[in-house]
Amino acid sequence: MPPPRSSDPPAPAKNVLAELRRLTEPALEARTTDSVLPFGAGTLDRALPGGGLALGALHQIHEGGPRGRYAASAVLFAGGILARLDGPVLWCLHSRDLFAPALARVGLHPDRVVYCETWRDTEVLPAMEEGLRHRGLAGVVGELTRMALTPSRRLQLAAEGSGVTALVLHRVCAGESAEPEPSAARTRWRVSPAPSGSGGDRHMGRPRWRLDLQRCRGGAPGSWIVEACDAQGRLAVPTVLADRQAAPERPALRRAGGR
Amino acid sequence: MAAAQAMAMVPGLRLVPAEPEADAAGLVRLGIWCLRYAPLVALDPPDGILIDVAGAAHLQGGEANLLADLAARLERTGMSACLALADTPGAAWAVARFGPGGIVPPGGTSVALLDLPVAALRLPPEIVAALAEVGILRIGGLMAAPRAPLRRRFGPEPLLRLDRATGAEPEPLAILAAPEAPRAALRFPDPVGSPEVLGRVVGDLCTRIVPDLERMGLGARRLDLVFRRIDRLDQAIRIGTARPSRDAAHLARLLTERLPQIDPGFGIEEMTLTASRVEALAERQLSGAVLGGEPEAVDLAALVDTLRLRLGAERIYRLAPVESDWPERAVRRVPALAAPLGALWPADLPRPARLLAAPEPVAAMAEIPDAPPLFFVWRGARHKITRADGPERILGEWWIADGEAERMRDYYRVETEAGERFWLFRDGPMEANGRWWLHGLGEA
Repeated sequence: MPPPRSSDPPAPAKNVLAELRRLTEPALEARTTDSVLPFGAGTLDRALPGGGLALGALHQIHEGGPRGRYAASAVLFAGGILARLDGPVLWCLHSRDLFAPALARVGLHPDRVVYCETWRDTEVLPAMEEGLRHRGLAGVVGELTRMALTPSRRLQLAAEGSGVTALVLHRVCAGESAEPEPSAARTRWRVSPAPSGSGGDRHMGRPRWRLDLQRCRGGAPGSWIVEACDAQGRLAVPTVLADRQAAPERPALRRAGGR
Repeated sequence: MAAAQAMAMVPGLRLVPAEPEADAAGLVRLGIWCLRYAPLVALDPPDGILIDVAGAAHLQGGEANLLADLAARLERTGMSACLALADTPGAAWAVARFGPGGIVPPGGTSVALLDLPVAALRLPPEIVAALAEVGILRIGGLMAAPRAPLRRRFGPEPLLRLDRATGAEPEPLAILAAPEAPRAALRFPDPVGSPEVLGRVVGDLCTRIVPDLERMGLGARRLDLVFRRIDRLDQAIRIGTARPSRDAAHLARLLTERLPQIDPGFGIEEMTLTASRVEALAERQLSGAVLGGEPEAVDLAALVDTLRLRLGAERIYRLAPVESDWPERAVRRVPALAAPLGALWPADLPRPARLLAAPEPVAAMAEIPDAPPLFFVWRGARHKITRADGPERILGEWWIADGEAERMRDYYRVETEAGERFWLFRDGPMEANGRWWLHGLGEA
């Protein structure tokens, strides 16, 4: 996985780096190219290196909008990803407000999910790491209020080691942590509710989300309006908007050398 | 008092010959039975038993549950018992026999002892009488008295007993040996204490006990690891597994998780691992390796055990459907390792992703009865509703409780201008001034 162009060091050091990378990362390279989970929505998959969400890696999911504390859309986004993987799921809860029938409706069967009541971040992180060491799990979800760089590195390493995918659901109060903390996560998503279909009647259609890929190692950020997860956990790009990306809310921030 | 005199005083008095030897044997049997609660049990003849529940109470769901369970089981067998739990054996003894019993909170030992008579310190009657002569009747009085003159006058006994009860002086117990059970022990030529060494020994003991279990066709459900310290202040950890296991690496990991609780003091000279509860386990456990092309079921036992141990058994579970229209009753907990149930909630009803534990009142406005509201105000913020569906009417489940029959809710799914979805309900018909509540967020 080549780093972004802008962060390439000057030529002499580059050879050393390439050599180092050749020595240290062959296993990692193989994994990142092999196991991805496509979303099945063309414009989304094209933005992701390998054509889908990297498995055996850490991903961060935020809720956009004022209801960040509940992360109600982010929960379903995570549930939809896990629904399309095989194996049991470890879900580390932050409070008792997750409603399992909704997860079942995006395709995550209750028989597959082991819940673990970890009320504090300091309990969530070790429980997640424990789960990530357990080969054969489809994924581990942790509901966290915040994650510093070091724990994110630990989770990413554990996920690489076992091939189990780690999803961190951020539950933050409005106004908190406007500036995202640095993290070793492979991607960082923001899921926000969006007004559903443009029909004239007042009836409820399939919910829609605005999906922002805010950071992606080896890929470019992007924004999309999508139809929320269906009963198999699949997203869809609305037909009216199929070939149009959502306008970026603000210019994506890219610091030189930052990944 | 002679028996004849007693019979004269109480007509119909039943005489039973004393059998001290049978009583002693009975106490041993009861002590062995108490090993179900903790690995370290000591007898306190003629009629007492001391149980060191440190590091073991978690398996019974905490100290209060352990005590309640012990009391209930003893009562069922017709035994009357006074139970107390405290920081030191001496304090527990005192509170059980002279105090109210129950749990003395950690650090509250001195306060709990203050008003008890000095006899509660297990002092011989002549010393109790001598203390009474100088006006020391309660333990509080003994605590307040100057120590040097006390020692000169009454010898070391009262102060030693007091210090043991308050925890200032440790008290070694004569630990009851568990009956026949798969066991592995290691005795060290030099006392050990470093966490690394203890960790290695734990692994070693586990690999030694596994062949025994295998030969007997058993798997461990509970393991006791007793640390014999050179000062005889034995310590122990106890772990339980959700399924019988004889996977040495897994068992070692569970024990190692608890190692930080152990204070090696000046050193540990012997460690004994006992499989104190076992269950039949016929087939060999397979490791996580993939066999052939068959997709194997992932064995979650190791992960679930580790998390149960770390967080408490009641905090690891799966959720399963319950047939109920009431959302808060639609989910029940099942053990994390229970067989797959295959059951699902009705697939045609959209449900919120988050369900508030207690519905929150909102102010809402609907044009006509049974129509969804046009807006609602929640926590001071006004939300304009652009789309809505409903009502989904649910009625009280009268077969559950009285008063249920009158309950009803009309649920509405709504979408706001921003696209946010909420679950609102009105707890009565609009004509009857039904109030509006917010119950869920998000929707799938």
